[in-house]
Amino acid sequence: MKKTVIFGALTAAGLAAGAAAAGTLDDVKARGTLNCGVATGLVGFATPDANGEWQGFDVAVCRAVAAAVLGDATAVEFVPTTGKTRFTALASGEIDMLARNTTWTFSRDVDLKFTFVGVNYYDGQGFMVPKDLGVSSAKELDGATVCIQTGTTTELNLADFFRVNGISYEPVPIETNAEAQQQYLAGACDVYTTDASGLAATRAAFEAPNDHVLLPEIISKEPLGPLVRHGDNEWGDVVRWTLNALISAEELGITSANISEMSAGTNNPEINRILGTEGTLGEMLGLDADWAAKAITAGGNYGEIFEKNIGESTPIGLARGLNAQWTEGGLLYSPPFR
Amino acid sequence: MTTMTDPPQESFRLSMLLNDTRYRSYTFQFIALLALVMAIAYLMSNMFANLRDQGLFLSWAFLGEPAGYDINQRLIEYDSQMTHWRATVVGVLNTLLVAFLACVTATVLGVIAGVLRLSNNWLVSKLMSAYVEAFRNVPVLIWIIIIFTIMTAVMPAPRAFRGDEPDATMLLGLFAFTNRGVYVPAPILGNPLFGSAAMGWLLIVLGLVGSFFGAKALGAWANAKQELTGERPTTWYITLAIWFVPLIVLLTIMGLSWDIPALRGFNFGGGLTIRGSLIALWFALAIYTGAFIAENVRAGIQAINKGQSEAAASLGLRPGRIMNLVILPQALRVIIPPLISQYLNITKNSSLAIAVGYMDITGTLGGITLNQTGRAIECVLLLMLFYLTISLAISAVMNVYNNSVKLKER
Ligand SMILES: N[C@@H](CCC(=O)N[C@@H](CS)C(=O)NCC(=O)O)C(=O)O
Repeated sequence: MKKTVIFGALTAAGLAAGAAAAGTLDDVKARGTLNCGVATGLVGFATPDANGEWQGFDVAVCRAVAAAVLGDATAVEFVPTTGKTRFTALASGEIDMLARNTTWTFSRDVDLKFTFVGVNYYDGQGFMVPKDLGVSSAKELDGATVCIQTGTTTELNLADFFRVNGISYEPVPIETNAEAQQQYLAGACDVYTTDASGLAATRAAFEAPNDHVLLPEIISKEPLGPLVRHGDNEWGDVVRWTLNALISAEELGITSANISEMSAGTNNPEINRILGTEGTLGEMLGLDADWAAKAITAGGNYGEIFEKNIGESTPIGLARGLNAQWTEGGLLYSPPFR
Repeated sequence: MTTMTDPPQESFRLSMLLNDTRYRSYTFQFIALLALVMAIAYLMSNMFANLRDQGLFLSWAFLGEPAGYDINQRLIEYDSQMTHWRATVVGVLNTLLVAFLACVTATVLGVIAGVLRLSNNWLVSKLMSAYVEAFRNVPVLIWIIIIFTIMTAVMPAPRAFRGDEPDATMLLGLFAFTNRGVYVPAPILGNPLFGSAAMGWLLIVLGLVGSFFGAKALGAWANAKQELTGERPTTWYITLAIWFVPLIVLLTIMGLSWDIPALRGFNFGGGLTIRGSLIALWFALAIYTGAFIAENVRAGIQAINKGQSEAAASLGLRPGRIMNLVILPQALRVIIPPLISQYLNITKNSSLAIAVGYMDITGTLGGITLNQTGRAIECVLLLMLFYLTISLAISAVMNVYNNSVKLKER
């Protein structure tokens, strides 16, 4: 039984690898839907709402790409992936792109052969503990039991942090955020560690969020962004420039409110090039002239997507911080549309 | 016979490969084998070609790189700076540990339930049927998750043991049952002979093996005496002595003491930790497979002619002795072959460990290592090799045992 399953998987991997080599853009157009890998459920980033519609910050990237390519922000097949399954899903061609709190690292880029098209959230790894433990620094966690999601950068950072600080811990490996939340709340682990944004999102879903604190230490750099397979640069460009369009739109003041007005033409040539009233950028990508306008209409510009899903007015309450535009002292900096 | 002459040898013609029933089956088997080999060769070459196209190639070098992750249950020394290979070995030992524990427990449970299911007591036999039906018909993964969830949700967290008026207390001051696992006192050898604790324990195991053979020799001697004189010497106190005197002497010399678990910081420290994930996996595999073994045992017993137990009863044997002396020894021949496959099932099903985060080989090599290095094909091939080796080894050992109990024709 075991053997046949594995053998089947091997051959499937072998066969699928060939099918997934190139022409993703054409495949998506022919299929009429975008297969987008997202988290299994992380409030604010990717979670189905009461009507079963996927909502969230990462989901919005998928929708923007679907709108740019297919002209329909709802033409997305969302594929929930865990930390462990996400890369296989992408490599095998099951999904066309992955937008799932995934950290851009050297080995994922070079060794696993994925192309990170940019960063949609600059993050770092943090720790959450119940307030009544009375812990105020991660360095006081000697001997603690820590819940971590396997297959993540988190588990590697964690091992390094504790080793460098000469303290011990007991890892509890976990598959999904929901499971981690349940274990943590039951007290089966003292600490939950993951990306700080993920901690904020997880805590927002608690019944009593104020009983839990995030410790001050941020122990790593976690630039999170969407990714595609190596070897299909045309498709990589589509996803990359869709993300850049959302970021540039905020910088240039294109919002879902004024976009139809601006699409009629403005006296800013870059806005005109993005919205397709000037130049042939869309054609160069193999898309319609108004591809970026459709992407921005899908959920607003980057800033609108941020505020709606994870911003300070939401229960998750994340400040822009590093994720502000470069003009506002943040790191968001889209290359020019030219 | 020897006076008859052989019929004239018929010369072999090619068409006989199809027309002659003596050869036809070989022909077809050969064709099937050829097709299978070609299909496998095609799939393999396809896989390698695709890998090459993607710039990937099989390499095992990653096994020598530092693993970078920690493992909670380690039977050998391990830290995150050691290699992926070391992490794999840690996983292998964890697989073997849970498989061994589950096999032993499942056998005990299965034999008891299988025998009791045939009991004349209505309540007992119905209870055992209920056990078999309930556990056999719910997938083992569900049982693993149920037990684990009950453990984490129902048992108190270690912090409940803290304070002057704690919500939870240790059983007899020795055992702590928490939602992270069970903490029990650990035996410690104060001054083991030959320096290391491992050598000390090895010595004790050797002592026990010696006692086993001693007790066996004593039994043989008693049997011989009974054959000779018709009277069996009372040996139970000598047996007890053979088992316990060397053990107690060894333990005293080596200064046995107990390390009692106590709350230290976030967790219990000291003692022996049996993690919730191990308990969940162990018990789920044991009760699930135990239900199948119970059926095997029942089938084995029912395969023995009723006349056997009637004959034994008419000799005046009590039911317990009939079972132990007459029925079970014969039933074993029927029970053991399916038992082998149950042991194999336990070993393979132990790969469901990942559901509760138990770090077996699927969790280390097939889980974190595979994920962090992206070497899926290499890892899966190694996993296959491991499970194959283990399964063949279990079959081999059990077959040897089976040969030793099976009907010997003299
Ligand atoms: N950024 C890290 C960790 C990503 C991660 O697993 N994040 C968690 C918590 S922020 C998550 O998205 N969980 C959602 C889920 O379990 O589906 C990585 O790429 O390895």
